[in-house]
Amino acid sequence: MSVERTYQDINERIKKGKAVVLTAEEVISKVKEKGVTRTAQEVDVVTTGTFGPMCSSGVFLNFGHSAPRIKMQKVWLNNVPAYSGIAAVDAYLGVTELPEDDPLNSNYPGEFRYGGGHVIEELVARKPIKLKATSYGTDCYPRREIETTITLDEINEAILFNPRNCYQNYNCAVNLGDRTIYTYMGTLKPRLGNANYSTSGQLSPLLKDPHFKTIGIGTRIFLGGGMGYVVWNGTQHFPGTLKDGNNRDLCGAGGTLSVMGDLKQMSPRWLVGTSFRGYGATLTVGVGLPIPILNEEILYYAAKTDEELYAPIVDYSDAYPNRKPGNLGLVSYAELKKGTIRIMDKEVPTGPLSSYPRAREIAHILKEWIEKGDFLLGEPSQLLPGPAAGLSGKPLNEKE
Amino acid sequence: MAPEKIVLRFSAETADKPIIYHLVKDYDLIINIVKASINPHKEGTMVLELSGEKYKEGISFLRKQGITVQPLTQEVVRNEERCTSCGACTVHCPTQALYMERPSMEVKFDGDNCIVCLMCLKVCPVQAMEVRI
Ligand code: SF4
Ligand code: SF4
Repeated sequence: MSVERTYQDINERIKKGKAVVLTAEEVISKVKEKGVTRTAQEVDVVTTGTFGPMCSSGVFLNFGHSAPRIKMQKVWLNNVPAYSGIAAVDAYLGVTELPEDDPLNSNYPGEFRYGGGHVIEELVARKPIKLKATSYGTDCYPRREIETTITLDEINEAILFNPRNCYQNYNCAVNLGDRTIYTYMGTLKPRLGNANYSTSGQLSPLLKDPHFKTIGIGTRIFLGGGMGYVVWNGTQHFPGTLKDGNNRDLCGAGGTLSVMGDLKQMSPRWLVGTSFRGYGATLTVGVGLPIPILNEEILYYAAKTDEELYAPIVDYSDAYPNRKPGNLGLVSYAELKKGTIRIMDKEVPTGPLSSYPRAREIAHILKEWIEKGDFLLGEPSQLLPGPAAGLSGKPLNEKE
Repeated sequence: MAPEKIVLRFSAETADKPIIYHLVKDYDLIINIVKASINPHKEGTMVLELSGEKYKEGISFLRKQGITVQPLTQEVVRNEERCTSCGACTVHCPTQALYMERPSMEVKFDGDNCIVCLMCLKVCPVQAMEVRI
């Protein structure tokens, strides 16, 4: 008998402490043992996780008012500029922002040892942060300058708001050129010296709900160690399906999430300042999504394994930077995880950028929260567009 | 003279030459090979304890062969708290001192295999690898 559940059914079971929750890894073994139909009857929720660098992250801060008041026009936190073209004492600090005196890539390859992501990590670790602000002075906000320190607990709000997180799938990056290159996929050695990839495969949230049947505005999630929400689709949300040579659908690709949560609930274990040599600074973010097993179809996708999920192999020496279409083939996450793959008749060692053990930990924490009744599922008020919506990216064309 | 600990780095062109043989035969040096490895690009690294009368001559012979010679005075350590087990370092560590345990995908660090090339300090995205002098 096929099963149909509602969010209310599952939340009732969570409240009673009766919900059956499995991580995305655990559900794979269960399905292997009992099949999709039986497992769907037994399991209410599958939890996923990912822990990787997510450049589109940042935090809205409200510092409170000084005496006399200042309409902060320019703001720096530990020397890193924050955007303050908002209300008087609000600012947004993006994780890729760098100190103004950073040598950038003029010392190629630059180190980028400190940026907005590192400030956020220190903030959430409750370390004091140097705040500097300047302004032009008004009748209601007469002050022109302030320099002080803040801590997370002393300021009014700190809202992590990440416009494009949790990429559904990612390229496996290689370098066909003859010099080492420094990319957001890490350092790539020449002549196919290594192949880097960056999702947690079978634990990855959006790979486990490729048609966006459960993820939408209001989905409650694990974010940075606290509870957060999916608030919109991410920027560049172009969900599609990766196809093999015979035009067969393999798995999801191209979806992204816009997420939000209270930084004060989060922890530096799940928000880690990150640097990519020759590329820039960012933040490694932990995100976990619960997938309610509303029916068999949802479970079928949630139980996909590393053998069934693929990444396209892309050359970052030429094809990627010059936006040339095509790839060097597809590779499964199972193969990537073994440590070497074959590309153009060469054995190439593989290196991940996102942490599989931490992704597993996130899926377990989320499972525990739900089992304890601390985390109810948020029913989306609107689902995000899936592959059927046919969204695709627009190129930026230069005009006269 | 007490033995000196040094690190040798061989390019792909020098890695297959009988260099150590010459150190022993031509310079009469006493050699203790602490670690040695060749990476998939055929570059070699070796940590040696070296002593003998003709130590200096031996070293200059090595340099003439295009081998990089550095004293081993530093130690690389991993900040276990900070390491996220992402694995980015594992494809860059020439001796597999940093390696991925499978299937758990935990990254392990075996300091005994480290030759202090400092590559991991450059590629670790979260600055978990540190040098101790
Ligand atoms: S310094 Fe780092 S990369 Fe080099 S051998 Fe030691 S652990 Fe490996
Ligand atoms: S790159 Fe750094 S964080 Fe990642 S596994 Fe290696 S030491 Fe740990």
